[in-house]
Amino acid sequence: MLTVATGNKAVATAVKHAKPAVVAAYPITPQTEIVEQIANFVETGEMEANYIPVESEHSSMAACIGASATGVRSFTATSSHGLVYMCEMLHWAAGARLPIVMANANRALGPGWNIWAEHSDSLSMRDTGWLQVYVGSVQEAYDATLMAFRIAEHEDVMLPVMINLDGFTLTHIMQPLETVDIGDFIPPCKIAHAIDTANPGGYGTLTPPTEHFKFRWDIERAMRDSVDVIRETEDEFARRFGRRYAPVEEYRCDDADVVVVAMGTLGKEAEVAADILRNEGIRAGSARLRWFRPFPAIDFGDKELVVIDRDYSFGYGGILARELQAAFGITPYSVIAGLGGQEVTYDDIAGFVRERKPGAEFWFGVSD
Amino acid sequence: MPEIPKEEYILRCTSACAGCSSSLVLRYVFKAAGPDSVLVVPACCTSVIQGIYPNTAMNIPVYNVAFASAAAVASGMSTAFRTMGRKTNVICYAGDGGTVDIGIQALSGALERGTDFLYICYDNEAYSNTGMQRSGGTPLGARTTTTPCGKKDNKKDLDRIVAAHNLPYMATACSAYPLDLYKKVKKALSIPGPKFIHILAPCPPGWRFPSAETIEMGKLAVKTGMWVLYEREYGTFSLNGASKAAMKKRLPVRDYLTRQGRFKGIDEETIGILQQTVDRNMDRYAREVEGIC
Repeated sequence: MLTVATGNKAVATAVKHAKPAVVAAYPITPQTEIVEQIANFVETGEMEANYIPVESEHSSMAACIGASATGVRSFTATSSHGLVYMCEMLHWAAGARLPIVMANANRALGPGWNIWAEHSDSLSMRDTGWLQVYVGSVQEAYDATLMAFRIAEHEDVMLPVMINLDGFTLTHIMQPLETVDIGDFIPPCKIAHAIDTANPGGYGTLTPPTEHFKFRWDIERAMRDSVDVIRETEDEFARRFGRRYAPVEEYRCDDADVVVVAMGTLGKEAEVAADILRNEGIRAGSARLRWFRPFPAIDFGDKELVVIDRDYSFGYGGILARELQAAFGITPYSVIAGLGGQEVTYDDIAGFVRERKPGAEFWFGVSD
Repeated sequence: MPEIPKEEYILRCTSACAGCSSSLVLRYVFKAAGPDSVLVVPACCTSVIQGIYPNTAMNIPVYNVAFASAAAVASGMSTAFRTMGRKTNVICYAGDGGTVDIGIQALSGALERGTDFLYICYDNEAYSNTGMQRSGGTPLGARTTTTPCGKKDNKKDLDRIVAAHNLPYMATACSAYPLDLYKKVKKALSIPGPKFIHILAPCPPGWRFPSAETIEMGKLAVKTGMWVLYEREYGTFSLNGASKAAMKKRLPVRDYLTRQGRFKGIDEETIGILQQTVDRNMDRYAREVEGIC
């Protein structure tokens, strides 16, 4: 069905279609609309799930853990301070191998209070064992949410998945949305290690170093296996519903001399910037990184890279730029832009490319 | 006398200390709950007592969770079980630190939301698992490793905080009275909605008394009025067992304090405050029994 929706509405609609048994959530700007929509679906009987209105985000993830431990599908959504408040439980969810799905409306962290887009919240959770995908449009928010359940619950993965969408610039903007009849795209949730009172066991018991090591390696092995599961899921999604996704969305990259790498909505803006630059004779392209964990393998060849980070690791650098540098031995032009919702247009991005200085770091609106 | 099931759900060779009352409590909790139960355990002595992976000393599924999260995990778990049409008992089993301090927000939320579960706080009045540090449950005057000169603050009145949630059933119990405890767990699990039982669990190494005196120490707590056995069922208050006798005539708190190394060197003024607190609490309970407040 073709409609028009916000990013938040797209996520809520996908969750309704995925039919989780339990949704536990706490409101926070700019995620609020997701949980309002779901609570409304549940109250009006549009959705059969149980909605637990928890008293904090720590408890929303805890309640999802408790629900998932029994073997049912669960979902939550959060943003910014809510995400970092549940940090401990993010580790717990992944360590307990529970396929919880969560939407995170990317937002800056205080102080001072700032409710606008930034990736520092989710990127500071990058080592929790969660898969992370960053979306660039309302349609993609819907599609990625549906796929997240199938990927998380796949027996080779059994890890939680976080869908990240930029606060306001995606959560609150209206775009066309085509919803689908998902049929059996998401198989019934089966968790082999769900609690079984007929066969009692200890879960998360005191674990000595040798065993702890094995469990951590198991997480990494699942993370590596998830690469294939993501590809299979995205292929199957394309086959059924006609929309194709990849871990990195490349735009006019094949013959490009310089490629802009970014995540989320800035990655979409970069595509427009590439068109502008091409008209000027600069062979530019855009590579929008969708999956941040597992980190994708990309072959940039000898192309120059302009990496836009909507985040920063203090004392080190832009997180995406530094990860790409570490993974592929490249020396990008690192642009720090869009923090706390700073407006960054495609013209600005074109400007970053024109004035690129490989190896340098540029803070947009500050450095100049 | 209730018929106590012969089945044992705590197997031999747990990692509990000698004379541990918490294991005794849990033994009766399991007997009352039966096999269709899940125990949700935050960081506490029971995290260790259950044994080390891949073994478990419990014949009931035990779901270990982060310190602050027990009641919230139970919320999700209970909701999921009920969604599946399963009546499985969801029981949080948490220490005093995990309840009155770091876990109180999750507990309050789960109670307010009407979660169908039983929350048991076994109270050994300190962070015993980490070596006896002060908690909000530690009584005035008690020495811990973080209150080496004796605690200067009063024990947090957890029960009045819980009672303010107007839950259908709450009770107190003590490891020294296992039949009373058994009956209360049974009754709690027969009632839908949120239930709470606060159980005093004397700790020989933490309180510094000989491990053979665990039961005696619990009885002394009740006979002096330092611990009171009662129930609140749909708002109706009733005193139980030895606390009825203690209402009329009780031993001085000094008899309880002087038996424990943690109160060594406690001054007369502090003993006086503790005695006054007991007397004031007992007066309040007497008025409640008479329906005056």
